Amino acid sequence: MDFELTEFQTDLADGVRRLCQGQFPLEQLRSLELTERVVDRKGWRQLGEAGVFNLCLPESAGGIGLGLAEAALVFEELGRALVPGPLVASHLAAGLIDGADDGSVVVGLIETDRQGAAGSTLPVVIEHLEDLDVLLLLSDDGVASVDPGSVDGTRLTRPMDPLTPVWSTTSLPEGTPVAGPEIAAWWRRDGAVLTAALQVGAAAWATDLAVEYAKQRRQFGRPIGSFQAVKHLCADMAVRAEVARCAVHAAAVTVDQPDVGDAVVAASGAKLLADEAAIANGRSCIQVHGGMGFTWEVPAHLAYKRSRVLATQFGTDDELAESLAESIGDAGPGSGVR
Amino acid sequence: MDLRYTDAEQVFRGELRQWLEATLPGLPPKPSPEDWPGRRAYDTHWQRLLFDAGYAGVDWPVEGGGRGSSAIEELIFKEELERAHAPYVGVNFVGLLHAGPTVIAEGTSEQRQRYLPPILKGEEVWCQGFSEPDAGSDLASMRTRAVRDGDEYVVTGSKIWTSHAEVADYCELLVRTGPEDSRHRGISWLILPMDTPGVEIRPLTTIAGSTEFAELFLDGVRVPVANRVGDENDGWRVTMVTLSFERGTAFVGDLLEAIELLTTSVALARRTGAWSDPGVRRQAGHLRAELDALWALTKRNVSQAARTGIPGVGGTFFKLAYSETRNKLGEFSLSLLGRAGLAADDLEGVDGQGPLPAETMVEDWLRGISLTIAAGTSQIQRNIVGERILGLPKEPPAAAASTVATAK
Ligand SMILES: Cc1cc2nc3c(=O)[nH]c(=O)nc-3n(C[C@H](O)[C@H](O)[C@H](O)COP(=O)(O)OP(=O)(O)OC[C@H]3O[C@@H](n4cnc5c(N)ncnc54)[C@H](O)[C@@H]3O)c2cc1C
Repeated sequence: MDFELTEFQTDLADGVRRLCQGQFPLEQLRSLELTERVVDRKGWRQLGEAGVFNLCLPESAGGIGLGLAEAALVFEELGRALVPGPLVASHLAAGLIDGADDGSVVVGLIETDRQGAAGSTLPVVIEHLEDLDVLLLLSDDGVASVDPGSVDGTRLTRPMDPLTPVWSTTSLPEGTPVAGPEIAAWWRRDGAVLTAALQVGAAAWATDLAVEYAKQRRQFGRPIGSFQAVKHLCADMAVRAEVARCAVHAAAVTVDQPDVGDAVVAASGAKLLADEAAIANGRSCIQVHGGMGFTWEVPAHLAYKRSRVLATQFGTDDELAESLAESIGDAGPGSGVR
Repeated sequence: MDLRYTDAEQVFRGELRQWLEATLPGLPPKPSPEDWPGRRAYDTHWQRLLFDAGYAGVDWPVEGGGRGSSAIEELIFKEELERAHAPYVGVNFVGLLHAGPTVIAEGTSEQRQRYLPPILKGEEVWCQGFSEPDAGSDLASMRTRAVRDGDEYVVTGSKIWTSHAEVADYCELLVRTGPEDSRHRGISWLILPMDTPGVEIRPLTTIAGSTEFAELFLDGVRVPVANRVGDENDGWRVTMVTLSFERGTAFVGDLLEAIELLTTSVALARRTGAWSDPGVRRQAGHLRAELDALWALTKRNVSQAARTGIPGVGGTFFKLAYSETRNKLGEFSLSLLGRAGLAADDLEGVDGQGPLPAETMVEDWLRGISLTIAAGTSQIQRNIVGERILGLPKEPPAAAASTVATAK
């Protein structure tokens, strides 16, 4: 057992971080705020070339053949850079939908049996509809494919996250079945891990932004970071991000190495804590910035809003907590404790 | 990142598991919590059994009587002991989990040979004399003086919150060897034999009602200079090593116990019907996520320690996060008992299914509270994360910090 990142894993994460800095600098992303389309096709293909989508696809299927652990590290970096778009859906779809693997096709996903499910009073809200080439509908029964053009969606003009445009619709087309319940189950699990990885990246980014500001902003003749009330906010941010990060890494490794524990339990726990870390850190980041934090200009709100978007995907807090509760006692908690 | 155990690690686990199965049924009955000589005898007997079987000091050097294995095997050891409901380290906590490791890291070869084997054999029990009445969080302000007289130090002062002092043979003692105001530049780390003339122990009662810790009065106590670990006035650095073990790896067994407590709590909730409340289920699920994550963080920390020998900054994250989670768990289990939690007696349930686990739950709840205080309070841990890990500026000296008066 050695739960440290290998040198290869560290290099991989560094490489993606540099790619994001070069390809998706925040100023450039921000120029797309509140537009209908935030997926830059060229950038998406570059992500494809870098292996973001085909990383876990076997080499025999044209992929790189790495594990979910490596994918989680990559997604952590994408989350840190706040890269917008249906990253997780396109990753899951690689191998199932032609062109998803190399980033030439943009794939979105809606969970039809969770929030906004049939019979619910809530309308269906779809992210990135105009950017999508394929929309997948995921439920416990399986995965179905829909032509995004056939969706009767109304664009919502004031999206909560400026980089996640959304559409609403009252009903979705049936779609063509493309995968069964087994694949649906592992998509739910891996989708939770990768979404959690995005959240962990955003949580770490919010920590860095807050700490940087706390060192430089002065009040009462000293940096605000020397005040404990601020320092302790920052410390809690760092702890939350690190604890969630370990949970996400453990969940990803458990998927790759099924003998070490229950991967579904590990994934649910990781998603629950990563959602919380991203939300709480986004909120604290705003607080540390004071009035500046409440301005559109300072990007603190972007991490906070993105975390709220991601928290609605692949399991909400209540759903995750309840499913975890049911796992206590039978196998005993601590998926690694055996 | 690899969570699989190697073949050698699996073999170690398997053999240990067998040994535990064969050995545990033969243990004597547990002494009552207030029977200190009895507790010492019980804990040290258990330690001796571990030693004889080759399981004492799994990651300690062979030179010190240890097994010479890795930190990973030490983790497996703790995991298997908890799984088998083996006795906890008890009075051996300080010796095994932070004084011993400090002697390994900082002691001389003679000190290692002299002090390590008796800890592992259960022959000598240690306590920790760091805190003083006027120096708790601000440990560097401690005043207990040690004046050099030939090849001895003459120590005068007092310590407080010294856990297990009543049954200890040795104390890891911080003394001031530098000038009064030298703070962290004038401290030395000594090994004090508790039976030295001039050592007086006065037990203190905890909120759990037990005399778990004590006050220590030191009046002209003579300690050989040879008992100093590290250089004179370099004791603060040694102290940081001790604390890195105390905060970093000493609470692993405690985490595993907490995981057990969650299982017990859920069983109770199922029994009382509270489990039909989604709020209760969600709290439990949430606690499971937190404990699992802390277990993952532990594995990360141990993997790091296996490479470097000393727990890294992850230990501070762990201490802070675990102590908060542990308190939440304590509150959760207590709330499940309802009014049966108004006493730490195992009340018989009216469902005919035997006693309710009130004793464990009330005691664990109270004990859990100490975790946000002992080994550095949560507030101090946050300062450490903020200043040493995130690089935020220190607080200015007290005189300049008059923010309240100027704030409108
Ligand atoms: C069960 C138990 C066992 C213990 N065992 C031992 C032992 O064996 N050996 C030993 O040496 N010690 C032991 N301790 C002592 C422990 O390390 C101290 O209690 C702890 O470091 C706090 O010091 P204090 O009690 O003096 O509290 P204080 O330092 O007086 O703190 C009081 C409050 O003020 C806060 N505070 C203080 N300074 C700051 C600051 N700079 N910023 C923000 N908040 C601050 C603290 O967080 C706390 O809430 C034990 C304690 C407990 C509870």
